[in-house]
Amino acid sequence: MSAVILVLAEHLKGALTDITFEMLGAARQIAQATQAQVYAVLIGNNVSGLANQLGSADAVLVAEDTTADQPSAEVVLAVLQQAWTQKQAGLALLGGTNVSFGLGARLAARLKLPLVNFCKAVRVQDGSLVCTSQLFGGKILSDVRLPDGRGVLNIYPGSFPAEAGKSNRTPAIERLTVPAAEPKVVFKQLIEPAAGDVDITKQDVLVSVGRGIQTQDNIALAEELAQALGGAVSASRPVVDQGWLPMTRQVGKSGMTVKPKLYLALGISGAPEHWEGMRDSGLIIAVNTDPKAPIFDFAHYGVTVDCLELIEPLKAAIEKKRASK
Amino acid sequence: MNLYVLLKMVPDTVEELNVAADGKSLDSEFLRFKVNETDEHALEQALLLKEKHGGKVTVVALEAPEVDDVLYTALAKGADRAIKIPIDQVRLGTVATAQTYAALFASPAAPITPDTLVLPGSQAIDDLEGELGAHLAEALQLPYLGVVCGVKAVDGKVLVQKEFAGGLKAEFEVALPAVLGIQSAEKPPRYVPVAKVRAVMKSAKIESVELDAPQQQQAVELDRLYKPEVAGRAQMLEGSVEEIADRLADILAERGII
Repeated sequence: MSAVILVLAEHLKGALTDITFEMLGAARQIAQATQAQVYAVLIGNNVSGLANQLGSADAVLVAEDTTADQPSAEVVLAVLQQAWTQKQAGLALLGGTNVSFGLGARLAARLKLPLVNFCKAVRVQDGSLVCTSQLFGGKILSDVRLPDGRGVLNIYPGSFPAEAGKSNRTPAIERLTVPAAEPKVVFKQLIEPAAGDVDITKQDVLVSVGRGIQTQDNIALAEELAQALGGAVSASRPVVDQGWLPMTRQVGKSGMTVKPKLYLALGISGAPEHWEGMRDSGLIIAVNTDPKAPIFDFAHYGVTVDCLELIEPLKAAIEKKRASK
Repeated sequence: MNLYVLLKMVPDTVEELNVAADGKSLDSEFLRFKVNETDEHALEQALLLKEKHGGKVTVVALEAPEVDDVLYTALAKGADRAIKIPIDQVRLGTVATAQTYAALFASPAAPITPDTLVLPGSQAIDDLEGELGAHLAEALQLPYLGVVCGVKAVDGKVLVQKEFAGGLKAEFEVALPAVLGIQSAEKPPRYVPVAKVRAVMKSAKIESVELDAPQQQQAVELDRLYKPEVAGRAQMLEGSVEEIADRLADILAERGII
């Protein structure tokens, strides 16, 4: 087994993201079984101040890149390759997030090593690293074996506890130089989301609609139910892609992360990208005609009827209940 | 612009997925295929770019169940040319697929010109080895961005919007030629009537480009595929919709939500 694990510290708008700590926790878990060293690799403009939060790594490799607010993929890849060679690393962990999207595959291609995508769990077995990934929208799992533990992992967000990757220890810091890379992809600016009519991250109750809502007109029905519950309507990606609701209402990987007291999912199958955005909701009630929909694996209550048939009776039952109090 | 759209067939997860007897592949008996969702957005984005800036849209696919229908549908939507590579896509991992496409783009059948954009969907549900766009960009030594949700051509370059999280996006300037993994087109994918697809089937032709099969089908050592053991399972409510509604109202009242 390789003795060195690299973790690409991910940051956005000057702050480290949760996935960074999840990856450090995962790396520590592997390191414990293999006596490996864990190096966090921190790349970007004015990022040195973030290094002291990465104490669960044995050392932090810092590459200051003053060329752009968001380091370009070419710079990140060049620095990672440099760190890989210098430290004779065998394993690299990157975030399976939109921020780090595609970097893992490109690094693996350059190192001529396998990449394991959608990685949710790892274990050391007979000198190999066995990585479990979720495929086909979470319906099937795969176990991939990395002989000698060599490869690149894209860690699926929410799979490892972030707490395990946090430490108050002050890590050792080493500087890396930033190799000159030809700028073929140049960062221009961040685009903040348009201020929406409703901030779904601040709602106690969300009635969330997916494909099962069927038409744009039916969203009004969900709005009525949300009103009866004192909440707002959110949506899964397909509904927003259809242009039926603005992106400010989207829950999931690219959209918002919400933690309402009640998340009522109407006609949402519960793909992993959606789960990412609502997994910490207090009470999850799912309505979907497909009894095998993944959402029933993590909802608290499930109903297998057409959500359009349930909306009216549920609204009536809620109003009756309120009136009887 | 010279626009290539890569279309891939993936199992329809609305159907039950089962693992085959070999423990390493899906049981093909009840498998139904559909075009990868983000690939449909890649096609729409290509058609929008062609409408705005002119050029030519070529759709490309490997051999897969029902893929001819998908290619004809793309032609009916406005693609100019369809190419099929007679190599079985279903058996190939992403790395081998990227190598196959790299060979196509090195051939005279589909050259990479200075105004070329290669547009795969951003990702697929079976991307165990990583994203096709990322692997292909490496194989072709071209710039790459994924999770793309908008493309504009400006002065021989493209301005590209990429999604981060929480609704935050970023804009990048990308030199051509390039590979962009499209997450969502600027408009929902267009609809085309079946009659038009049928008409195209009679008039248009899918070109076949023969290429050498990649040496290795899979880049990762797969131990097994299996169904997840469900840790938690929702408590399922049964009965008429009225009974279910009353039960849900009780639960919400007990929890102090209403």
